[in-house]
Amino acid sequence: MISAEAIISQLLNGLAYSLMLFLLAAGLSLIFGMMDVINLSHGSFFMIGGFIGIGMVDALGNFWLALFVTVLIVALLGLVAELSLLRPMYERGHLDQILLTFGLALIIEDAAEWIWGTTIQSLPEPESFSGSVEVLGVVIPAYRLVVIVVGLLLAGAMWYVLERTRLGSIIRAGVSNREMTSALGFNIPAIFAGVFVFGVALAAFAGFMAAPILGVYPGLDFEVLILALIIVVIGGLGSLTGVFWVSLLIGITQTFGQAYFPAASALIIYVVMAAVLLLRPEGLFKRKYA
Amino acid sequence: MGKGKWVFGGTAEGGSALWKPLILVAVLAAVLVGCGGGGGSREDEPIKIGVILPYSGVYAQLGEDITDGMKLYFEQQGNEIAGRPVELITEDTEANPQVGVQAARRLIEQEGIAVLTGAVATPVAYGVIDITQRDNIPFVVSNATGNDVTRQGAENVFRVSVSSYQVSSPMGEYLVEQGTKRIVVSAADYAAGHEMAAGFMEGFTRAGGEVVDEVYAPLGTNDYSSFLTRIRQADPQGVWTFYAGSDAVRFVQQYSKFGVEAPLYGTGYLADQDTLPAQKEAAIGIRTSLHYSSDLDNPENREFKSSFREAYDRQPSVYAVQGWDAAWLIGEAIKATDGDTEDKDALIQAMEDVEFQSPRGPMTLDENHNPVQNIYIREVRRLDDGTIGNVVVDTIEDVRDPGE
Repeated sequence: MISAEAIISQLLNGLAYSLMLFLLAAGLSLIFGMMDVINLSHGSFFMIGGFIGIGMVDALGNFWLALFVTVLIVALLGLVAELSLLRPMYERGHLDQILLTFGLALIIEDAAEWIWGTTIQSLPEPESFSGSVEVLGVVIPAYRLVVIVVGLLLAGAMWYVLERTRLGSIIRAGVSNREMTSALGFNIPAIFAGVFVFGVALAAFAGFMAAPILGVYPGLDFEVLILALIIVVIGGLGSLTGVFWVSLLIGITQTFGQAYFPAASALIIYVVMAAVLLLRPEGLFKRKYA
Repeated sequence: MGKGKWVFGGTAEGGSALWKPLILVAVLAAVLVGCGGGGGSREDEPIKIGVILPYSGVYAQLGEDITDGMKLYFEQQGNEIAGRPVELITEDTEANPQVGVQAARRLIEQEGIAVLTGAVATPVAYGVIDITQRDNIPFVVSNATGNDVTRQGAENVFRVSVSSYQVSSPMGEYLVEQGTKRIVVSAADYAAGHEMAAGFMEGFTRAGGEVVDEVYAPLGTNDYSSFLTRIRQADPQGVWTFYAGSDAVRFVQQYSKFGVEAPLYGTGYLADQDTLPAQKEAAIGIRTSLHYSSDLDNPENREFKSSFREAYDRQPSVYAVQGWDAAWLIGEAIKATDGDTEDKDALIQAMEDVEFQSPRGPMTLDENHNPVQNIYIREVRRLDDGTIGNVVVDTIEDVRDPGE
């Protein structure tokens, strides 16, 4: 018999894991949806977000300040990558972009091994959220609540900007018809650079927020890249709403699966992906933009 | 990285350059007289030692530690054993049995190695044993813990680490003695995890303990929350686990946040040199069993720790100790055969007779060539110097693998 308490605990666990997945996949989906670029170095920016974050927390002593500085630094790296490597690639096909971003991921992995070593490192959560709290009669780590709240806030903010602001409509217009938008006087290269940098910044943000739970080590980059790709594929390539709901679906099924059918737990995510691809090859949610 | 040659004593020092040829001539003459012009001399030929370890992927650090432990021994021997220079030829196995088997085959067939050593992952060891048996090449397993590595009783296979059963079962008996009778077992869901858990549970239930739940999490699980919730619900007196590397870091950190009251136990891989810097305070209080502990107060360990730190500027891990012992076994045996590595039977015999002076304390080999050694119960504490480390709280002496 499964108690109500167990179900609530597992739901909260699942929710925290889901929002971590959302943070992780959102940047990848955004770059793909807006720019039609599959960024295979997404996991790498996630990982260096964690590594630089650990250094920044050490140096600055404040979790939130370190988060801000880290995201800024990684966003700058993203800008450099966009200007020097990706920009000449927009005209070319997906294959060239995949090769380029995959190569970049391999370089970053080796560089990370060289700079930070191969052992796993961890980032302490902020002092005020290091304990556990009682919610709805069950005990969960306070930091997981932070992840839930931050994830929800970010999802809301992104939805608002894309759907309800002028900037959002310019971006969506640029994706549907690049030439026309450019003819209307909008600077498409600048908008694309902005979207890419924001996607990379999201990856770094996710890497930093996840570091107290997952730790950081070379190899993490490809692990999370695969997770993110699966979520983006199931969600429907490029749909941010899709990413949100699929993160919830995967996070919660996986958590319950692990608890009650542990032998199958490693497979759950792949079974869901295979089923979706068979029954709805375009993904659960239709592409909203483009 | 990965592949590479690492040669000791490439060039002779200025002073020795003069007498070396003289000795060579003398030895040549002696050999010619002795054998009536039969074989040539091996005196100057390097002793080739094949090393198959992971230098990339999740086990890269283990490969590095074992290699550094080996290098330390050979460097202290002046890079020469019985007058022959030592050459370590390393190959990256990526902890993948296919890659490992290919590497071993290349080393044996093309490099003509005298001895093979390495194997961090048990499947690599199982794959390589067959090949080495065919050519009767001594194979010194420097990590893989699979019980059957030595239980097959292969003549040419030696192990200087520990068997799964040997490292996990003593903790079972120890816990019951300490009054812990109801326990949840949680391990990584792969062959080694199940073997370790089985070893622990055998020791634990034999002594009268009760396992109230078993929870296996896939290797590389990133969120343990659902497993931890299940463990908490079983409300045990203690939780015994087998996790290693990044899994161990995540499990221990998340465990400490989930408010599970029961104390955490496990094999030494749960909280050791490689994981403690990342686990920090979350690891304090964990008790684990292992065949080595950094704080062991014996002359060999003190000497090993200081020379390792001097050479590599870091604390040696249990893997570095295993590397040192592997090199010791190989080096001392070749000394005993006066540098003869051709007669494999004689070399294997010499290896059986080697007396260890290991940083881990007393160590001998049983009839299956698996170590008989102490298993230490260690507790993670904040040490006097402010760092977090293991302290030996109990010693279970002369533990042997049952051999079947």
